[in-house]
Order: sequence, then C-alpha cells, then structure tokens
Amino acid sequence: MSVVDLGIPEFVAQLRHEELEGIREGSVASVHSWELVTAVDGPGTRMTLFLDGCPLRCQYCQNPDTWRIHDGIITPIEEIMDRVRRYRGLFDTTGGGLTISGGEPLMQPAFVARAFRECHESGIRTALDTSGFLGIHASDELLDNTDLVLLDVKSGIPETYREVTGRELAPTVAFGDRLSERGIATWIRFVLVPGLTDAPDNVEAVADIVARWGNVERVEVLPFHQMGRNKWDRLGVPYRLRDTLPPDDDLQHRVRSQFRARGLSVY
Amino acid sequence: MTIVDKVQHISHSQDKTPEAWRGFVGGAWQDGIDVRDFIQRNYTPYVGDGSFLRGPTERTLLIWAKLTAMFPEERAKGVYDVDATTPALITAHKPGYIDKANELIVGLQTDAPLKRAIMPFGGWRMVATALETYGYPVSPELETIFTKYRKTHNDGVFDVYPPAVKRARHSKIITGLPDSYGRGRIIGDYRRVALYGVDALIAQKKLDRSELDLHFSTEDVIRDREENAEQVRALQELVQMAASYGFDISRPAENAREAVQWLYFAYLGAVKEQNGAAMSFGRNTAFLDIYFERDIASGVLTEQDSQELVDDLVIKLRIVRFLRTPEYDSLYSGDPTWVTESIGGVGEDGRTLVTRTSFRFLQTLYNLGPAPEPNLTVLWSDRLPDGFKRFCAKVSIDTSAIQYESDELIRGAWGDDAAIACCVSPMRVGKQMQFFGARVNVAKALLYAINGGRDEVSGEQVAPLSAPIAGDVLDYDTVWAAYQNLLEWLAATYVDALNCIHYMHDKYAYERLEMALHDRTILRTLACGIAGLSVAADSLSAIKYATVRPVRDTTGLVVDYTIEGEYPAFGNDDDRADSIATMIATRFMELLRQNPTYRGAVHTQSVLTITSNVVYGKATGNTPDGRRAGAPFAPGANPMNGRDTHGMLASALSVAKIPYAQAQDGISLTTSIVPTGLGHSSDEQVANLVGVIDAFTEAQGYHLNVNVLNRETLVDAMEHPDKYPQLTIRVSGYAVNFVRLTREQQLDVISRTFHSHA
Repeated sequence: MSVVDLGIPEFVAQLRHEELEGIREGSVASVHSWELVTAVDGPGTRMTLFLDGCPLRCQYCQNPDTWRIHDGIITPIEEIMDRVRRYRGLFDTTGGGLTISGGEPLMQPAFVARAFRECHESGIRTALDTSGFLGIHASDELLDNTDLVLLDVKSGIPETYREVTGRELAPTVAFGDRLSERGIATWIRFVLVPGLTDAPDNVEAVADIVARWGNVERVEVLPFHQMGRNKWDRLGVPYRLRDTLPPDDDLQHRVRSQFRARGLSVY
Repeated sequence: MTIVDKVQHISHSQDKTPEAWRGFVGGAWQDGIDVRDFIQRNYTPYVGDGSFLRGPTERTLLIWAKLTAMFPEERAKGVYDVDATTPALITAHKPGYIDKANELIVGLQTDAPLKRAIMPFGGWRMVATALETYGYPVSPELETIFTKYRKTHNDGVFDVYPPAVKRARHSKIITGLPDSYGRGRIIGDYRRVALYGVDALIAQKKLDRSELDLHFSTEDVIRDREENAEQVRALQELVQMAASYGFDISRPAENAREAVQWLYFAYLGAVKEQNGAAMSFGRNTAFLDIYFERDIASGVLTEQDSQELVDDLVIKLRIVRFLRTPEYDSLYSGDPTWVTESIGGVGEDGRTLVTRTSFRFLQTLYNLGPAPEPNLTVLWSDRLPDGFKRFCAKVSIDTSAIQYESDELIRGAWGDDAAIACCVSPMRVGKQMQFFGARVNVAKALLYAINGGRDEVSGEQVAPLSAPIAGDVLDYDTVWAAYQNLLEWLAATYVDALNCIHYMHDKYAYERLEMALHDRTILRTLACGIAGLSVAADSLSAIKYATVRPVRDTTGLVVDYTIEGEYPAFGNDDDRADSIATMIATRFMELLRQNPTYRGAVHTQSVLTITSNVVYGKATGNTPDGRRAGAPFAPGANPMNGRDTHGMLASALSVAKIPYAQAQDGISLTTSIVPTGLGHSSDEQVANLVGVIDAFTEAQGYHLNVNVLNRETLVDAMEHPDKYPQLTIRVSGYAVNFVRLTREQQLDVISRTFHSHA
C-alpha cells in the first residue's frame, strides 16, 4: 500500500525526503498537538493526538490549521508513545485511552498502525477519529488494533458531501461497510450546519446509511459552532460560514429524531 | 475523677453507663477525651447511594425564605446590620432568633440574624474603619478603651516588627499578614461538648492545670497556666450562653437533636468572639451520624427528621458573619467565613468514613439551594464507596459548591480524624493548630533578585543590596543563584514577621474557647505560603528555554523584558517547566525551615492565594514570562490563564507534581469545566467527573476545586445579579456567591481558562 497516493501531491513536495520516509514507515508522525480530554473523542479520559494533514476541505472545519501535513512537527514515535504510556494509569482509572485524530489520521496510516499496535501491547485502548475518506489506507492489522472508530459522516447525499467537503462520499460508506463487517465498535458523528447539512433528506440519507451498520453504538449530532472562525481568519482562508448561526434547539431536536426513528442511540 | 466518673456524676445515673451514652460501644474514649476513638467504635459506614435522602420540609423552607428575603439588602449595603457598641464576647449578646417558634437548632452570633458584632481585640482600627465604611457611628467611649486602656493584637505587632519586616510588608512582597485581623484557621473540637458535656471538659482542664502547677514557673509554664485559666473561663461562659437559650450543655447530649445543638453552641461560642480569617467547623458528619443512627434505631427519629436537623444546622452555618474592611475584602472577596466541614475519607483501618450523614450534609445544597458556606469539602480517595463518589460528582455538576482534597495524602500525614481549616489546611482535630501566615509573592521576589533587591515598581531598596543581574540576555544559572539568595532573605524576614504576629495574637487575642476544645499538648504549625508560583516558574522557564532580554530604565532598574522564542509553560504536563515550579516550592520550604519559630511551631507552606491573586498581581511589575505589570496571577497553584493548552487534566497533573511533603499546608487548584465538557448524559458526566477526580488524586494531586458552568452564565450574572442570588462558584480554596465578588474579581474569574472538555 502506498502512503503517498493520496491524490493531494502538494504536501509531499514540502517535506524533506527523510521526513517522508519516516512517515511512510510510521517511525515519525507529523503532529499538530495533543490534549488530555474527557467525554469527547471516546469514552473516559483520553489522550487525543491531532495529526496534521487532511484531504478534505470541510466548509465548517474548526481546525483548518491541521490541513497541511508539512505544518506539523515531525515527532518520533518513541517520544509520542512515551507520553501515551505515561497516562496508562489515568486511562485505567477513567476507562479512557489513546485517540488519534487530525487532520485526517489515515494520511499517516503506518504511524497509526504502529502506535495502535504498541498501545495494545501496553494494554491501552485505542480510538481512530476519521472521515473514512482514506479508509482504504487502513490495513487489517491497523483495524485489528482499533477498539473504536469515530466516523464522521458529513452528509448522506453525494452532491451535498461534495459541497461540504470537496470530496466524494463513497469511500466513507465503503469504510463504514468494512468496519461493520469486522464488527468494530463505531460512533458516528454528524455535524449539523444550518443551511448546509440540515436538509431533511440529507439527514435521512445519513441515517439510512448509518442504520445498516450493526456496529454503530451511538450517533453524536454535533451542533455547528463558530469557535474555529479565528483560525480561518488567521490563515487568511476565505470562510464561507462566517455568518452561519449554530442550529437552534428545534432543529437539533428534529435531526436527532430522524436518527432515533431508526432505533439508533443518539446524543 | 475520670471522664466517665464526671459524666456519671453529672447525669445522676446509678447505671455504670451514663444515659447520654446508652447503647454506645465503650472504649478509651470513656477514660479520657478521645472523640476519634468514640467514632471508630460506634459509627456505621454507608456504602449505598443517595436514594434514601429526603427533601426539605415546609418548616425548613419557611426559615430559609425569611433569610433569603434579607440577602438582597445585605448585598446592596455590604452589611445588613451591625451592633456597633457591644464588643463581642461569648456572652455579650442576648439570645437571637430567626423564627423562635420554628427553629429546631437555635443560636445566633448577636441578638438578630445577619447583625454583625464588633471584635476589637484583634485591632481597633479595623473595627473603626469597618464602621465608618458602612455608616455606623464609632463609639468614642469604646475608642478610648481600645486605644488608650486596652492594647490590641495589632498594636502589639507594630511595637515589635523590625524595619525589614515593615519594608517587606509595605512593598507588598509579603501581603495579607494577620497582623490587623484575627488569624483564624483554628478548629475547636466542637464535638467534645456534645459527647462529654462542658463540665467534663472543665474537669479535664483542671486536671491539666494541676499537672502544670507541678512545674516551676518559667515563661512557657506561666503562659500555659494563663491560657488554661482563660480556657476554663471560656467554657464556663459557653455554658452560660447556652443557658440563655434554655439549654444545659454542662451535661452531654442525650439524643441527636441535642448533639446537633450542643455541637453548634460550641462553634457559635467561637464565632461570637473570634473574627478569624477562617472559622472552620471540623469533621462532624460521622460523629453526628452515630446519634442519628441511635435515635432512628430506637424509633424516635425518622430520616426526614434527621435531614431537617442537618438543614437547620446548615442554615445557621450559612449566616455566620464578620465585620470586615474593604482592604480585607479586596484580599478575600465575597464575604467568606470558611465554615469548612470535611466530609468522607477512609479510616486507618480501611473502612470508609462515609455515613448517611455525609450525604445529608451534601443534600443541603439541594434542599436549600447552592451556597458558598459552609465550605463543604470532600476528602476524596479512590477507595470511597462508588455511590458516594457518584453523588459528590452529581452535586458538583449541579451546584459547583464542593471542593475535593486528597484523603490519602491527608491521612498519611495527619491521620483519619483530620479536618480542613479554611481552604486546604489539614490538621488533626483538637490536637493541632496552625499559626496562619498568609503568603509571600515569589514572582515579585524573582524581580527583586534581578534588580539587586530593589522594588521594580517603586525603585526602593527593599531586600539587602546585591549586584543586579548584568548583561543584555538573562542567564538562567545566574538568575537562579540570585533568586535563591533573595528567597533566603525573604524566608527569614517572613518567619520573623510571623513570629511577631503569633506571639502578639496569643497575648492579646487568644482563641480561648477554640483552644479549650484542644488537648493540653498540641502540635503547632507555622503555615507559610507562596503566591505567584506559576508566574515565577514560567519566568524562569522563559529565561532557560527562550531568550529573555531585560529592559532597563534610566536608573538601571529592569522594568520590562522582551522574549524571543518559545518556552514550555507550567500546566502542560511538561517536566521542563513543571520541574522548575517544584524546585521553587521545595527550595523555599528548605529556606523557611532554617528559621526558628515561635513556640517551636513546625514549618509548613501552602500554595494558595484565595482571591488575593488579583491584589498580588496588581502589586507586581512586568515579569519575564511576558505577563504585564498589574495583571492578576493565576490563583493558588494554578497554571497561568491560557497557557495550559493540553487540557484540564494535563494542567492538573502539572500541579500534582508539587510534592505535598514540601507544601503540607496544601496546594490549591481551581478548575472550570463547561457542563457538556463532561459528557452528553447526566450519567456520563457523573462517571467522567468521578474518573477525573480519581485520576488526579491517584497522581498525588492534593486539592481540586471543580466548577461546572458556562462562561455565559457568569457574564449574565455580572449584568443581572438579581437573577442569580445563589450562583455559587469555587475560587481558590473556597466558594463564593458570584454576585458578591467585586467587579474586578468577577472579571478575573471570567477570564480564567474554561476547559471546553475536562
């Protein structure tokens, strides 16, 4: 499997050869940041590792500063795993673990596979926070060492998906099918953006896709917020949702009900 | 005569066991004063959940409504009322009631609720200033007495302060010293009055006295004898005070209602005459639970009755008031009294000390609504029963009104009958007291070190002259060496000041009742403290890992710094910065220990600011970490606002690295989490908060204030205080009504890091 075949060649040119080699092998990662979090990114208290680089350009992205892989800090896996293992006791106490997020972590699949393997060797639970767009890059071994997938299904209609992300929906659906076949616990996330993703038939389409996966433990409907706006401004990237308001309670209720109608556990 | 003999004598019982002790398991507690032994032999651990709890009765709500109707006026005026002419003593005021016919537990500090007393023995100026502030006449007669005929604690201290102390105090490198107000942080073992009755306590004090009389009259012995005489007098007055309410507390309490009432009278006696900075209540829930259990078992009390008694007691504890000055309020904002009650924990034998009454106390936050007082403090251990942990977490999420301290650390150092005084200061109840020492500003000290002992704001030479740090770039090793020298001077000057203060406090404002409820031989600690730890640590980190250039004014004084490059900041679980914070705290503790203490007190220190982080910041110039002159410090041991970027627990883990052995008076961390940051459902939020507190204490974290609220709520409360009369938030080590903070304090709280997830 080739790591560089991501359809986004521009990042490759920016990295030095040895850095690229390291990312290919998974001996280093391009890291944006890390944080200890509770109640998001999986159960318990987790160390969430944000990797840099993402093939999507979601209109509502709250971390546009993680788009470009060459903006990250090239960090050896040993250094990362030292920190992860430091929190083993904390993970045991809270029922947490390591979550790798991004950006899109599957832009650096060899690293993710190694990190998750080492986690399992140390008795640490793992979660992968992904859009699924690069799901094809997740090896079976990687998935064997993944306890939970947080799968963003950003839209259920291909045209809307393209409008929201600039990319295709199909790879995400295919990845979800694969997770379902393998029985990997999955939490679905759907970001509710008024005027962009809130159309009833779009939500219906997402719910239909999700409902056919037997491995989905919960659906989280995440209300859009403006907390990422400053980052867009700082990066000087045109931000199309500048005037979009968060969804009101009625809208949130309607959307959650659409998922609930399929017997899904919804938050 | 032993205690048993004495109690039997009082109760006129022919039985071997006095009536008051019917059904109790006997032991060492009957042969001498030993409340812990009584608790250990008689309490019933409770490992269930909160489903047995009862709501408030109509009667309770009616009493509480009478008071809450008075609070708006009190908030608007600053005080509701003052008795400006009666210097406070245990028996100075006639009985007072909220609603005489309906109160279950009686007793007020003065003859009316919310009416404050004057307590001039600490210092007359504080009384006079407070009266003038609130528009009450200052009695010329009292002024003559307390300025001409009766010397006060404050007068005594200023008679003996050496010039170095005055300079350090004036320049605010040492601030908040209890030299013009009561030192507080002494917890009488109020339970003794309920268990033994006052006559038995007096008998014990007389035994102590006869032993003291065997010693030759040296200065120490004479002082002990005088204090003993004062203690006996205070106990006698306590009996009189209770008698004025129609109760005979010379004998032990015979049932639950009496136990609560006797306990409260003992505490009330203390707050009637001592305006201590913190007047904490102790560790009473397992003790009271024994009485509740006995009465419930014998069918004379129901769960509803028990809760009602606790509710009524807590109402009383909520309205303890002291008359204070605006300067005091700027240090300790929100009219705090620190009626701290320590709840839970695990015993030395491994049984939990959680009882049903632990739940009942926390339940008052639902029955009466949230409130800052009493300062409900849970001694947390991962070994606490799950039902209790979950209940605590739920109360925190719903009210933000409780704080957590590590039971493992406290029990390890002070045993399983220790309680928190004030915010984070642990002490064995009835066997230990502290000489409260406020704190020094270790961030300002760093600036002094750079400037050769000159004050960065005034330019005055405050510390002894040393060579200012030369050169265009600050060198870490050079600065650290100079800093240690400066800290050595600061530690000596500080202990010097505290020795003067506590000598005079003992002499002129002795806490005779609180000390009467202690053993004859006690452990004293000299509770030093530091403020600005995260500023000092970040500054040194900047000097070490970035390039810091001093900016000098025309006199050569360094007044600002430029920073090139990044530096690791305290609060990110990064050992490079965290080790510097640990090193500062440890080094200062070592330096403190080099100085002899008054009465052989054991040196301790806290990393705690209460709300004085604002005042300390105001008095401190630009610092090498990039903080601007006058900007508030972070409270307590908190990392600086906005610099802890790796989540709330990473921040907490940095603080947990400060070794408790080098800060035995406590290390305070205050954190704010938005509710959704703990999870989607209530169950999930509770489970996650339990996990976070477990994880923090397992990492040797000492103290955690947890606020679970939205920033928007606070902003709205600033604009519309009337909508939020009971909005309670935890600040450094205590809780306050948010709407009673000064605007400056409110803004500081709002500016603090809110973690969008825990």
